[in-house]
Amino acid sequence: MPRQIWLALLGLLLIILPFGLKGYTVYILSIAGANILAAVGLNLLMGYAGQVSIGQAAFLAIGGYTSALLMTKLGLSFWLAFPLAGMLTSLTGLILFIPALRLGTIYLAIATLGFGAAVQQLIPLPYWSAILGGHQGIRVPRPQIGSFVFDTDLELYYLTLVIVVVLLVLSWNVARSYIGRAFIALRDKPAAAEALGINPTRYKAYAFLVSAFLTGIAGALQAHLVGHISPGEFGLGKSIEIFAMVILGGIGSLPGSVLGAVFLTFLPHWLSEARLLYTFLYGAALVLVIIFMPYGVWGFFLRLYYRFPAMQKLFPKGA
Amino acid sequence: MLEQYIVLGLVQGSLYALMALGMVLIFKTTDIVNFGQADMTMFSAYVGFTLTVGLGWPFWAALPVVILFGFLLGVAVERLALRPAKEAPVVSLLIVTLGVALMLNALASWIWGFDPKSLPYAISGPPLVLGNIIITRHDLVVFGTTIVLSLGFFALLKFTKVGTAMRAAAQNKLGAQLLGIPVSRIAMMSWGLGVALGAVAGVLIAPLVFLDLTVMVFVMLKGFAAAVLGGFTSLPGAIVGGLLVGLFESLLIAVPFELINQLKETLVFVLIIVLLAVRPQGLLGEPIHRRV
Repeated sequence: MPRQIWLALLGLLLIILPFGLKGYTVYILSIAGANILAAVGLNLLMGYAGQVSIGQAAFLAIGGYTSALLMTKLGLSFWLAFPLAGMLTSLTGLILFIPALRLGTIYLAIATLGFGAAVQQLIPLPYWSAILGGHQGIRVPRPQIGSFVFDTDLELYYLTLVIVVVLLVLSWNVARSYIGRAFIALRDKPAAAEALGINPTRYKAYAFLVSAFLTGIAGALQAHLVGHISPGEFGLGKSIEIFAMVILGGIGSLPGSVLGAVFLTFLPHWLSEARLLYTFLYGAALVLVIIFMPYGVWGFFLRLYYRFPAMQKLFPKGA
Repeated sequence: MLEQYIVLGLVQGSLYALMALGMVLIFKTTDIVNFGQADMTMFSAYVGFTLTVGLGWPFWAALPVVILFGFLLGVAVERLALRPAKEAPVVSLLIVTLGVALMLNALASWIWGFDPKSLPYAISGPPLVLGNIIITRHDLVVFGTTIVLSLGFFALLKFTKVGTAMRAAAQNKLGAQLLGIPVSRIAMMSWGLGVALGAVAGVLIAPLVFLDLTVMVFVMLKGFAAAVLGGFTSLPGAIVGGLLVGLFESLLIAVPFELINQLKETLVFVLIIVLLAVRPQGLLGEPIHRRV
C-alpha cells in the first residue's frame, strides 16, 4: 500500500484514539505530545547537526514561562503568545550557539549543562519572584481561541494533536531540505562541507534556533496542559530524560524520537504500580533497550524491515 | 581569612580532582563519559558506612575494602552492561551508564533507606592551627590521600606494563589491538580503577556532608566540570582542574555579596565556559587538530 494510505490510517487512529481511553490516559498522551516536540528539537540538534546538549530543560522552562507571562502580564491571547514564546526561546538558543562555535562535543556538553543549571537557579531568585513566582511557580492559563477555552482533557488532546502534527511536518521538511542535509554534511565531514560552500557558522546557528524553537514550544505546550509551571520541573533530570528519548528512539531519526518520547512518557506510569521497584526497572529498561537495540527502537525496526521481505512488500521503500 | 578559604577550597578541590581523575581515565580508554560516576561513588560510600558505622571497623581498615568494592563494581558494570552494548554509538552508552546509575540508586534505597547517614572522620582529634589557618585532621587525610593516589596512579601508568597498555589503548585502539594488547580487558581495568577512585572520593566526602542518595550528583558535576576544565583527555589536567574548581567555589563563598553566594553553582560553570572560549581544549588538553 502506498504511504498516503498508511498515513491516513494513522491519522484516523490518532483522532479516534481518545474515545477508548480514560481521561487521565488522554492527558498523558497530550503530555507525550509536548515531549515529542522536545525530543525532535534535540534530535535535529544532536542527531542531525551533531551538537550534544544536556541543557534542553532550560529551553522548556523559558518557553513555558514566556507563554504564560505573555498571556497573564501582557494580556496577549493564546494564539499570539504561544508561537511568540517559541520564537523568543529560539533567540535564547543563540546563547549556546556562541560556545558551540569553538567547542568540541564533550566541552559543549558541559557548557549546555551549565546553561541548564544557570536557568534553573536564576528563575527562583527573589529579585523577580513577583513576576516568576519563585520556587512555587505560577499558574498558567488554559489555551483559548476566540471565546473557546480548551479545558477538558479531550479538547486539550486535539489541540495538542494539531500543534504536534503541524510542527512534525515542518521538522520533517527541515530535516529533508538543504538545511537538514547541510547539518549532516557539517556533522560528518566539516571540511568537505565547507569546501562545498556550506557556511558552518550559519548552519550551527540555524540548528540552535530550530532546536530551541521546538523545545520552547514544547515547554509552552506542557505548561498550558499542566496549568502550572515551577522551576523544580526543569532540572538536569528533565534534560537527561529528553536526551534518553532521542537515544532510545534512535539518534538521527525523527520517527524514532516520536516513539522514544511516547515510550518514556508512559514508562513511569506503567511502572508506578511497581513502587519500590520503579527506579530499578526504569534503569534496567534503559540498559536493556541499548543492549538489544543499539541503534534505538527505530534502528531495530529498520533491521526487521530489511530482514523480512514480507515487511518490504507491505511497506514499499520510501514509505 | 583568605588563607582559610584557600585551604578549604583546595581540600574540596582535591575531592573533585579524584572524581575527575576517575572520569577522565574511563573516558580516555573507552570514549565513554560515565554519568553513573555519582551513583557508583554514592554506593561505595554507603558500603563504607556499613563497614565503619555498622560493623565498627576503623577507617584505615574500611578504606581498602571500599577501594576493592569500587574496583569490582566498575569491572562488573563494564562486563555486564557496557560490553554487551558495545555495538551502540558512544552517545547511547551514556544512557547505559545512566541506567546503571538508576539501578544502583534503587538498590541503595532498599538497603540503606532514604534517611541521610553520617560517616565518621578518617582521623578524629582536635584541628591543627597553623598561624591563622585552622585545618582538621580529616582535611589532611583528604589532601594526603589525593597526593598519594594521584602519584601512585601516574606511576602505574608510566612504569607498569598495564599502564603502558592503557596509554596505548587510549591513543589508538586499533593499533593497540594489532600489537596484541587486550583492549577490552584494558577497558575493564580502566572502569575498575576509575570507579575505585570515585569510591575513595566518596568515603572521604561523606564525613563532610550528610550521605544520601543524591548528594554525590553535585560532586560528580563538579568533577565533570573539573575534568573538562583540565582538558578531558589529560590526567594531570583533571587534578589541576579539580583544585581550581574547588578554589574558585571557596573564594566565591568568601565574597560578602549575597547574590554571588546564591549563584555559586552557576558561576563555576560560567568561569569554565569563559575559560573554554579562550582555550577550547581545556587547560592541559591536547590541542584539537582539524584533519581534512
